[in-house]
Amino acid sequence: MKEELFISGRNIPNIDPYLNIWHWEIPVYLYLGGISAGIMFFAGLFTILGKEKEMPTTVKWSPFLVPVALVLGLFALFLDLKHQLFFWRLYTTIRIESPMSWGAWTLMFVTPISMIWAAAYLKELIPGWKWKINILDQFETLVIKNRKLLAWAMMILAIILGVYTGILLSAFNARPLWNTSILGPLFLVSGLSTGLAAIIWMSKSHMERTVLTKIDIILIGVELFLIIHLFMGFLAGSAVKIEAAELFLGGPFTTTFWGIVVILGLIIPVILEILELRGHKVPIWIPSLLILFGGLVFRFIMVEAGQITRFLY
Amino acid sequence: MRYGMAIDTTKCVGCSDCVVACQTENNVPHGYCRDWIVENVAGSYPNVEIELRSERCNHCENSPCVRCCPTGASHIVEGGIIMVTHNECIGCGACIESCPYDARYSHPEGYVDKCTFCQHRLEKGQNTACVEVCPTKCLHFGDLDDPYSDVSIALKNRKWKVLAPEAGTKPQLFFLT
Amino acid sequence: MKTRRDFIKISAAGAGAAAIGLSAINWNGIGKAQASGSQHPVSEEEMTSFPTYCEVCFWKCAGWTYVDRNNNIRKIIGNKEDPHCSGRLCPRGTGGVGMYTDNDRLKTPLIRETVNGKQGFRKASWSEALDLVASKMKEVAEDYGPESFALFNHGAPGAHFKHLLHAYGSENEGEPAWAQCRGPREVGFSATFGSWIGSPEPTDIRDTDCLVLIGSHLGENMHNGQVQEVSTAIDRNATIITVDPRLSTIASKSKYWLPIKPATDMALLLSWIHVLIYEDIYDKKYVEKYAMGFEQLKDHVKNMTPEWAYGITTIQPDVIRKTAREMANASPAAIVHPGRHVVWYGDDSQRERAIAILNALLGSWGKRGGFYFKESITVPKYPHPEYPHAHWTWKDNLDGKYPLSAMGITTELLKASIPEFEYKHPIKAWLVAGTNLPLTIPDKELFQTAVQSVEFLAVVDTMPMDITSYADVILPECTYLERYDTIRSAPHREPNIALRMPAVEPKYETKPSWWIAKQLGERLGLGAYFDYDDYTEVLDWQLKKLGTSLEEMQKIGIKKFDRQSGPLYLADDEDYTFNTNSGKIELYSTEFEDHGFDPMPKFTQHPEPEEGFYRLIYGRAPMHTFSRTSNNPNLYDLMNENAVWVNPKVAELWDLKTGQMVWLQNQDGVISTFPIKVRITERIRWDSVYMVHGFGHANKKLTRTYGRGASDAKLITNIMTDPMMGGSGMRGNFVTFLTTDPGKEDNI
Repeated sequence: MKEELFISGRNIPNIDPYLNIWHWEIPVYLYLGGISAGIMFFAGLFTILGKEKEMPTTVKWSPFLVPVALVLGLFALFLDLKHQLFFWRLYTTIRIESPMSWGAWTLMFVTPISMIWAAAYLKELIPGWKWKINILDQFETLVIKNRKLLAWAMMILAIILGVYTGILLSAFNARPLWNTSILGPLFLVSGLSTGLAAIIWMSKSHMERTVLTKIDIILIGVELFLIIHLFMGFLAGSAVKIEAAELFLGGPFTTTFWGIVVILGLIIPVILEILELRGHKVPIWIPSLLILFGGLVFRFIMVEAGQITRFLY
Repeated sequence: MRYGMAIDTTKCVGCSDCVVACQTENNVPHGYCRDWIVENVAGSYPNVEIELRSERCNHCENSPCVRCCPTGASHIVEGGIIMVTHNECIGCGACIESCPYDARYSHPEGYVDKCTFCQHRLEKGQNTACVEVCPTKCLHFGDLDDPYSDVSIALKNRKWKVLAPEAGTKPQLFFLT
Repeated sequence: MKTRRDFIKISAAGAGAAAIGLSAINWNGIGKAQASGSQHPVSEEEMTSFPTYCEVCFWKCAGWTYVDRNNNIRKIIGNKEDPHCSGRLCPRGTGGVGMYTDNDRLKTPLIRETVNGKQGFRKASWSEALDLVASKMKEVAEDYGPESFALFNHGAPGAHFKHLLHAYGSENEGEPAWAQCRGPREVGFSATFGSWIGSPEPTDIRDTDCLVLIGSHLGENMHNGQVQEVSTAIDRNATIITVDPRLSTIASKSKYWLPIKPATDMALLLSWIHVLIYEDIYDKKYVEKYAMGFEQLKDHVKNMTPEWAYGITTIQPDVIRKTAREMANASPAAIVHPGRHVVWYGDDSQRERAIAILNALLGSWGKRGGFYFKESITVPKYPHPEYPHAHWTWKDNLDGKYPLSAMGITTELLKASIPEFEYKHPIKAWLVAGTNLPLTIPDKELFQTAVQSVEFLAVVDTMPMDITSYADVILPECTYLERYDTIRSAPHREPNIALRMPAVEPKYETKPSWWIAKQLGERLGLGAYFDYDDYTEVLDWQLKKLGTSLEEMQKIGIKKFDRQSGPLYLADDEDYTFNTNSGKIELYSTEFEDHGFDPMPKFTQHPEPEEGFYRLIYGRAPMHTFSRTSNNPNLYDLMNENAVWVNPKVAELWDLKTGQMVWLQNQDGVISTFPIKVRITERIRWDSVYMVHGFGHANKKLTRTYGRGASDAKLITNIMTDPMMGGSGMRGNFVTFLTTDPGKEDNI
């Protein structure tokens, strides 16, 4: 029998017996960031493709969610900070090697752009809306003229943001579950998919939904592929990686992960979406809700389980 | 200059004096600690072996905590000591997540805290509090670049290992076996 | 999400709750958190240091108390000149700060009172409390004679109250240090070498080549200087041989670990003696010159072969031979350690005799690497009138029982307090200073009956220990960091003295023991015995007689003197007279014979556990001293409860899991008051369980440690009394596991 124990009474809050320094705030932050990235990506994409008219929800209406989601996400991040008085320190330096740093800076750019994007559609959303200040009017005209350019910027930043939500975790070598480069693409794809789910739920146009649903089916396919890859990678890895995988393969996260995230959050919605495309009547909110819920649970599980995985003790 | 510590697991009795000395020296709040002792028991009665290890921040040469810090609060000072500037730390927890040794914790006042190799004592030419107090003298500290330092001599004469070398952080704590 | 952590969180609820509280404060009070700045270390130049010697255990290491500019005690650091610690305090000494900062300390005098039929304590002024104690002492003296007033003490307060008691006319004092601890070894060694071992032990471990430990768990008992010397011995590649049914820490560092069947040590010791003699590897020159009774001994152990011992101890004969040869090779630099807490099976004085005999055969007494000749300074007595004659003492109650007891037997004082025992001279009232009897004295029933029988009980302590809940009056003593005390003068290689002085003013309304004793003395009309206003006058007078002064000692803390008694070791062929009847080392004890005891040790079979029961072995943890430190915030942080160690095979049988809470029930049906955590470990035999002594406090006023862990003392109800010196043998108790709550009907 092997025993390993602290004998000096070490029992530090949130560190022992298992690391639990990140609570609900970080997964919520990552989740909202992922949805925002998804919405912005497709708004940008369809603008560049010149489909504003055919895809109004994608391009015009759903982006109104983005600033709200990003501000809420940032607020969640702020709540996670334990030394909040010094929050501003994030913006006095740029640390290239710190995902947390460039995440903060990315959001610094993404949030205003998302606001500008939405603001430029405010007149279409609320007919008769008037900017009271002249400069804003002029600025709006400028934005509308250069929307395609802004769309490009937004699409690229959305990819960075989406990948970032994964890299924030994957950069930690100390947490074997997170330390895999698949996490970036996986979180990006998951973010795009949850973004799509939100747009689909909002969209009133059958045509728009059909296009988006087709994309979503592909995304979910990719996501499932990446998940399988993730576990293949773990199982082919070192002991700590195998231990990490075992949390999901018979360990305490097995049911939640495979039941809620994979089956309920990916497989069932993709089946429903296929059925819908084949003409079956499926209430549109059901697959969307399942995807959104699955995505949230996915981030909670990854953050929590990742902190349990370690090299020592 | 490169500070390092060698811990003699064959002499440590696990008394935890290093822990309480650190707590009083550095005013570590109750319920927290910057160093700790691990007991490892292997075998089956009566063929059993015990390893006792006094552990703390490894002041890694390749330090993920410094890299992941978004504000530069975690930084490296002379001798390779990794320090945290309290009023630059935002308490995001990234460095805590990044440490394979779980050596950092969130101080009740918000910032992240950990072993400093008693830098305030080293500056004055004193040894660290844990080394000074250890009743079995099983802690050896000093400059790894100096072949005659206590730690260099211990490493030269004895077999040693580091913890979790596969994490690749180049730790500066060496366990004499 | 039901995760692994959720489950663990429940068990770590305390710490978790604290964390939530802390983060909530931080969130609500941004900005406030930055105010204190107290978190930074303070350099030693910015602090003032005061000399002290530690009171956390009996080792009494000298150190410096560091006080910052805000008058906070920051740390205690060992005094480099002190041979007890060489500048390195043990965890308890370093954590001694917690004795001062503990919020649960006794703060004011308390008097028991009954309101509406409910008993409770009320705060009282010092004068009221002292008046009450003095009036009771007067009453007892008038009604029964002052001898009926007994003192139980431990540590530094003892000296002050012994002085009071002697002035008052009683010599009935007892400390658990004798009958519950080291008495047998003093008897055994005194019968052999004519000298006590004493404290600190004069074992020359730093220079030894072979150290043999019989159940002694150095390193877990942090007898500081000794542990430091063991470390030196390890560096010198000394052979360590540890005999212990448990893989103790030191056993894990030993060349030989002999996992002996408990209660059979005597057989092993005798077979070692056999090997040394019959393989002709004992120190012949030494034995010839200094010892008597060798032929009798040789004859006595003739049949006690390793093969004989194997059947009893389960230790392989070749291992017994090999280890005996190791000792002989190292001789005379070999130590068979006498141990410290040696009251095990009732034949302990005889077992210690066997250990002493082994040392004699190895020629280690008075030799480098064996036992050195200790020396101490006699501190002159501050002048006072002669003590009145005590008409009887605890010895007069014994009717010839325990003839070799040299110090008061606590359990006998307890029995004398109980009318049913019909002792000639009954005890009527107690003063208890610095010892927590309910957790120290085994046989709870005896203590309970005794404490209920006495008419009056006053307790002096710094903490609301369990004993205080029985008191009529509680007198709060200040901690050692806040007071002057007697000069420490303990035997060592170099004679030395150490000073304890206050680093800060006493907190709350606490007072030093010397002041309490003096106040009581004056109220009893014994002012002439306390002819000083402040204890510093006594200290200065004594120190000047010793060629120093209080002023000097306040600066240096410790002073060493030249030896007067001759060298540390015997020279080759030096003539030496031992303080025994024969003037020689007595392999055959004439003293024992005179009192009708076996002149040479014999093996006795001790009871074995029944099926489903396991021998209760207890011991110490390096971070705690008995039960007195478990509430110390610094030390509580290091270890906040004890666990019961269970062999994996036993755990499987009982379906126990590590971390599971169980209650223990002993052979007499006594159940632990609180549950205890299971630790499944290969470090313990399958016929025994192990737990650290000193937990399971039942006084709720000890807010941290209350109800944490279980008390071994409560489970020790079978006492095997040593007929020679009255020691309470405690290792003949057996426990079984109760996995469900046995109910609350049972009181402390």
